[in-house]
Formats: sequence, C-alpha cells, structure tokens
Amino acid sequence: MSPSYNNNSIFAPWNDPKEKPLIEFKNVTKNFGSFTAIDNQSINIYEREFFSILGPSGCGKTTMMRMLGGFEIPTEGDILLDGQSITNIPPHKRPVNMMFQSYALFPHMNVEKNIAFGLKQEGMPKDQINDRVEEMINLVQLQQFAKRKPSQLSGGQRQRVALARSLAKKPKLLLLDEPLGALDKKLREETQFELMNIQESLGMTFVIVTHDQEEAMTVSSRIAVMDHGKIIQVESPADIYEKPNSRYIADFLGDVNIFEGKVASANDDAIQLEWAEGQEKLQMEASQPAKIGDSNWLAVRPEKISISKEKPIDADNILKGKIWDIGYTGNISVYHVQLPNGMTIKAQEVNRRRLANRELTWEDDVWISWRKTAGTHLVK
Amino acid sequence: MNKLSRFNITSLTLGFAFLYLPILLLILFSFNASKLVTVWGGFSTKWYVSLFQNEAFMDAAWVTIRVAAISATAATILGCFGAIVMVRGGKFYGRTLFSGMIYAPLVMPEVITGLSLLLLFVALNFDRGITTIILAHITFGMCYAAVVISSRLSTMDQSLEEAAMDLGCTPFKAFIKITAPVIAPAMVSAWLLAFTLSLDDLVIASFTSGPGATTLPMKIYSSVRLGVTPEINALSTLLIATITLGVITASWANKRAEANRIKDEQLAFAND
Repeated sequence: MSPSYNNNSIFAPWNDPKEKPLIEFKNVTKNFGSFTAIDNQSINIYEREFFSILGPSGCGKTTMMRMLGGFEIPTEGDILLDGQSITNIPPHKRPVNMMFQSYALFPHMNVEKNIAFGLKQEGMPKDQINDRVEEMINLVQLQQFAKRKPSQLSGGQRQRVALARSLAKKPKLLLLDEPLGALDKKLREETQFELMNIQESLGMTFVIVTHDQEEAMTVSSRIAVMDHGKIIQVESPADIYEKPNSRYIADFLGDVNIFEGKVASANDDAIQLEWAEGQEKLQMEASQPAKIGDSNWLAVRPEKISISKEKPIDADNILKGKIWDIGYTGNISVYHVQLPNGMTIKAQEVNRRRLANRELTWEDDVWISWRKTAGTHLVK
Repeated sequence: MNKLSRFNITSLTLGFAFLYLPILLLILFSFNASKLVTVWGGFSTKWYVSLFQNEAFMDAAWVTIRVAAISATAATILGCFGAIVMVRGGKFYGRTLFSGMIYAPLVMPEVITGLSLLLLFVALNFDRGITTIILAHITFGMCYAAVVISSRLSTMDQSLEEAAMDLGCTPFKAFIKITAPVIAPAMVSAWLLAFTLSLDDLVIASFTSGPGATTLPMKIYSSVRLGVTPEINALSTLLIATITLGVITASWANKRAEANRIKDEQLAFAND
C-alpha cells in the first residue's frame, strides 16, 4: 500500500477519485434518548491521514470517535473500515485502538506491562512482545521509566505511555481523544510535532478529537469542524482557514471581521457589496455565483488588513476610522478601529519595531485597507 | 498546641471513663483468680485455660467463624454484582427502586429482618441450622458490601475498562484483569465489614438458627442469663483483643498506603 499523490505531489487522497477511503461514515445518526448527538452525517477518511474532528464541547465530536472505537453503536447508518462494515463489531474485535483523554493507564501495572497488555490479549509470543514493548518504549523515550507505575510518572510521561500502549498493536487506525489536553502549553506544542513525526514514520491513520483549533491546524491533513451534531466543513487546515464555507467556520477558526450587506453588482467573479450608507462598496471575489440584491457577507482576517496614517493608493477596499483600542501581545498588536458607522474592525500588525517607536496610538485617525483577494465571500 | 482548660480535661476524663471503664473492668476481671466476678482474688489466667477446654464455647466459636467467613464471602461476591449493576448498568426501568431496595435492609430493624426470614424458612419447610444463619447473614451483609463496593466503583475511571476492551479484552476479561484489581481494596473492606457484622449478630441469628447451631453471641447471651462467669470475661477480652488488632492493622496499612502515594507523587514531580 503506497500513499497516493496528486499532480503537485501533495498528500491529498481525498481529491483523487480512484482512492478508496479507509473509513466511511454513511448517513450515520446517533440518538441518546431524544437528544440527537450525530445527525445523518457522512464523511470519508483516507489511509495515512491525520484527521481532526474539531468543535466546541457538546458538538458530537467525541461521539463520532466513540463510534469508531466501538463504544457507541450508531442508531442509523453504517460505518465501514476498509470497505467492511464495523457498525456492530464490539471494541475488542476492531483493528482500531484508542488513546483516551484520561489516558486510562492501568494503575496496578507498570509502564512495560501497560504497553504489553494489548499484545498479550492478542496471544503474541513472549519474545515478540518484549521486542515490541522495547520498540515502543524507545519510540516515546521512556527507557528509564519502564518499571515505574503510572502514579510515579508526570503528566507528560503518562501521556507517552498511553500513546505507546495504543500504538503497540500497530492498529490500522488510531483514535486520539483530546490527547494533549492535560499538558501545559509548551509541552503540548512539542508533543504535537512528535505526534506528527510518529504518525508519519509509522504510516498509520490518526483520527484526533480536539477543541483546540491551533492543535488541529498544526497536526492535521484535514479538519472536520462540527457543530450541533453536524459536520459543517471538511478541508485542509489552509483551505478551511482561507476558504471557510460559512460565517460559523470563519468565526470559529481564528479571528475575523464580517461585513454584512447586499450584492450591488456581480459580474464574472467580482462582487460589490453595499454594506453601509455613505460608505464605498466593498470589493471581493465571488466564491459562488450571486444575484444582485442577495444578502451576502464578506469575511476578512485581521492579519490581512493593513493600517496606516496616510491614505493608501493601491488597495481595493479603503475605510477611514479611529483607533479605539490596542491589544498588545508582544509579537503582534491588534488595533480595534472604529468606523464612522460604529462598527469595530480588528486589524493586526506584526511589531517589527519596538513599542516606543510605534507611530500609531489611541484616538489616531487611520486608514484600513485590503485587497479584494484578501477577503472571503460568504453566502451563509 | 493550646493547653486544655480544666473544664475540658474533666469532661474528657468523664467521657472516656464512661466509654472505656466497663471494658477495662471486664478485661481486669478476666484475670481474676476468684470465681466471684466482683471480688478481686489475685492474678490468674486459669479462666482462659478453662475457656479453651469448654467444648460448648469452642463449638459456638467454630460455628460463628464458619458462618461469618462463608456469609462474608458470598455477600462480597453478590454485593459486587449489585454494585456493578447499580453503577455501570446505565439507566434502566426501575433503577431507583432497585437501588433504594439495596439500601433498605441497612435501616430495617433487625427484629423485622429476623422474623421475616424465620417466617420464610418455616413456610418453605426449610430445616433451620447453620445454613439458614448463613443465608440470613448473606442477605444483610450483601447490602453493606454493595454500598462499600459501589462507592469505590463510582469513583473509578470507566475508561480503564474501555481501554482494556479496546486492547482486546472481552467485557468479562476486562472486569477480571482491570476492574477487579482496582476495586480489590474495597472488596476486602466489604468482606471485613460483612465478617464483623456476622460475628456480632445476635438478633437475626437467634431467629434463624435451629438445634445444634449456636453462634458465639447466642452462647454468651444464654450463659449470661445464668450469671456472668469469669470465662465470659476471658472470652470477651479475646474478642476485644482481636478487634483492636484488626483496627490497628487497618489504620497502619492505610497510613503506609498514604505515605507511598506521597512518595510516588514526589517521584513524579522530581522528573517532570
């Protein structure tokens, strides 16, 4: 089995119609009593993907994962693994392993025994088990801690044991439920890259559930954003950030300014948005055909907006405003610019110069501007 | 530390005296050489010797230990099943009723429990003896066991079992390999509790016993009606010693576990 590449030799099997998905959700619905956790959803996940399911708490992302692990059975629909239905197969018979959010390390077994547990259940010969355990311990760099009990390990070490244990059986699919949630920020960032390296070197398929969008953006091949039991968009991190399909996605991932207005003119792929009285129309590229008079939206990320004291000459969209507030986080500053109609726009600048030399300050009259290609045209 | 006021010292002394003086007297008189219970006649251990030679007491002790051991074991196993259903069974019809009924025998007057069981055995024409005492003790011991085990089980991370299944265990195997070791301390406490309760039960045993099956509390009670003998004092002293030893061992084990836990934590922090 070799990974397939498209013309640009970027890993994107979801764009290749010849590629068979490893996992298929087919019209899956899951009800808990009268509550619908998953509402008639279908997605495909391909081999070697690092697939993230992202969403606010209660959106159904954990239910999706637990159905893959076999801990929940869909009320309706079918889940296929390698073309075979696994909908009614119990967890212990699935070639799928899971890393639990709480790590779920067995407290009465040391690190080695925890890692060997799944292999023993499989009936693997003893010397092979020892080899595999050693390989896993080396992989997660816990050589000195092999004989320790989970209670004698730090949070980061426990996380590694949990990872090693779930990788030990070399499953076709590894499920990770908020794997880095319990780690502090620095350790989390390091571990993200380790996870990516491990996934790449073992050539496994990972499905990760997280509520941390930065984590999802960093590690994933594709991200599925969920809300209220529905998958809103599935895209690669860059595409989901740059080409959100709705205001929900634009707003959920990162910061965004959203202008609401009516389509004033639409020819070919250029749209003009009439958005406020006495203001110039906003220019944008159409993401899909629009009719004059339709209610549409323009989403612009703060980092794509320039801010200056002099009126810029070559921008497509130029607005005048006053600096209302400045959010300083060290490396960047976010300027909250109030427009004459009362709307506040966020514009973000990298602090290349020291604070003392900054030329923009509170109450300054400024111009904000962006090109028509910088914003995203949204219809919902 | 604050110094205790005179009032506090007096009330403490009186309180402890009220609690422990009778027991101390009992222990003291078990070493009395005189046959008269209330007259001190010098130190002697002869009542201990005569106690061990008293076949009726020894038989009763043996019956009690057998009843307690068997009923505690059965109660722990059944209580464990009950706890699993209560904690892990999810929502099912009548769950509240069932869990309420598990706790009900804890507050039921013993006389009622004993009487109802007696009526049951009579109605079933069941020969009364050791078996019926054991059955009766299982019924109430199991409630206590279920309570103790379910409190441990409800604080146990359920994903431990899911992880075991995820790694290839059937649900039963996951219980044996993961859940049972984790809740083992609670099962031991449940067994000890059921054992102790069975050991000192007089009321229910009196209702459900038959000829030839006399437990130690029954024997003591019936002999005391004929007057307190120094042998009874000796027997009681032995019982007190056993219980004290048990309590001290348990608290020592607890302290050690706590110390180990702290040591583990320090080890974990040390290499964080």
